[in-house]
Amino acid sequence: MRSAVIVFPGSNCDRDMAEALKLVTGRAPDMVWHREAALPSGLDLVAVPGGFSYGDYLRSGAMAARSPVMRAVGEAAQRGVAVLGVCNGFQVLTEARLLPGALMRNAGIRFVCRDATLKVENSQSAFTASYATGEEIVLPVAHHDGNYQADPETLDRLEGEGRVAFRYAGKVNGSARNIAGILNEAGNVLGMMPHPERAVEPAHGLTDGRRLFEGLLEAVGQPA
Amino acid sequence: MKVRVYVTLKNGVLDPQGRAIHHALEGLGFGGVSDVRAGKLIELDVADGTADAALDEMCRKLLANTVIENYRIERVEEAA
Repeated sequence: MRSAVIVFPGSNCDRDMAEALKLVTGRAPDMVWHREAALPSGLDLVAVPGGFSYGDYLRSGAMAARSPVMRAVGEAAQRGVAVLGVCNGFQVLTEARLLPGALMRNAGIRFVCRDATLKVENSQSAFTASYATGEEIVLPVAHHDGNYQADPETLDRLEGEGRVAFRYAGKVNGSARNIAGILNEAGNVLGMMPHPERAVEPAHGLTDGRRLFEGLLEAVGQPA
Repeated sequence: MKVRVYVTLKNGVLDPQGRAIHHALEGLGFGGVSDVRAGKLIELDVADGTADAALDEMCRKLLANTVIENYRIERVEEAA
């Protein structure tokens, strides 16, 4: 599987994402700097990592969403390439309007850094195929702006179309309907606040994230 | 020419920062405050004659996230 990890000034989970992809897919991803106007050809997956891109100036993800590379990511998404945005990457994807809604300051104001239990709501997507619908998994969360909000019609549509991929099992950050991760209409773009790349090997303490990458490998990976 | 752009959260969007400021005001003993909403003020120095449409586009494309925020553009008269 050919993958790329986008790197913005202020990204800090790009290396974790690269390590996770290398571990699970056996192939190191291309690291693509934010000023690039084009992505490497033949990609199966683009990962937009966590961090504090551009210092989260103006709004989390706002500057990154307007950087040259995101135009190329948008075009790749249009072509059906899988795009995974984690944490700040989720914020970037909403700011780029590749996903609906917005991620606001946590309802409790505080930065939340802990393990969170999630319920897998949809196991039909390329990202969630190795989970069972309704299964509970545990992934770490670490964010200040993870409070997902959208208007009620958008939330109803997301739920009705099976586009809520993950939900928090309890209150974490005030997210509308406890949404932790959502899919785009075509199902090839996933944004999620929890960090699957930080839960892929026993040394991490948690391993439930590994299956997300294994599922992707199965679903979109080409034979090497 | 100076332009001020006020970016505020839409009505009905929960504002955790505004709520925290409200609590802090109450903690300082200021009563009679029924609500606090926090927003942003962005000052731009733009070429004279910059069209309203251009300013509007700046707001929609970057300065405000219209999913959750409203914006108001104000042209500032420079004191002679």
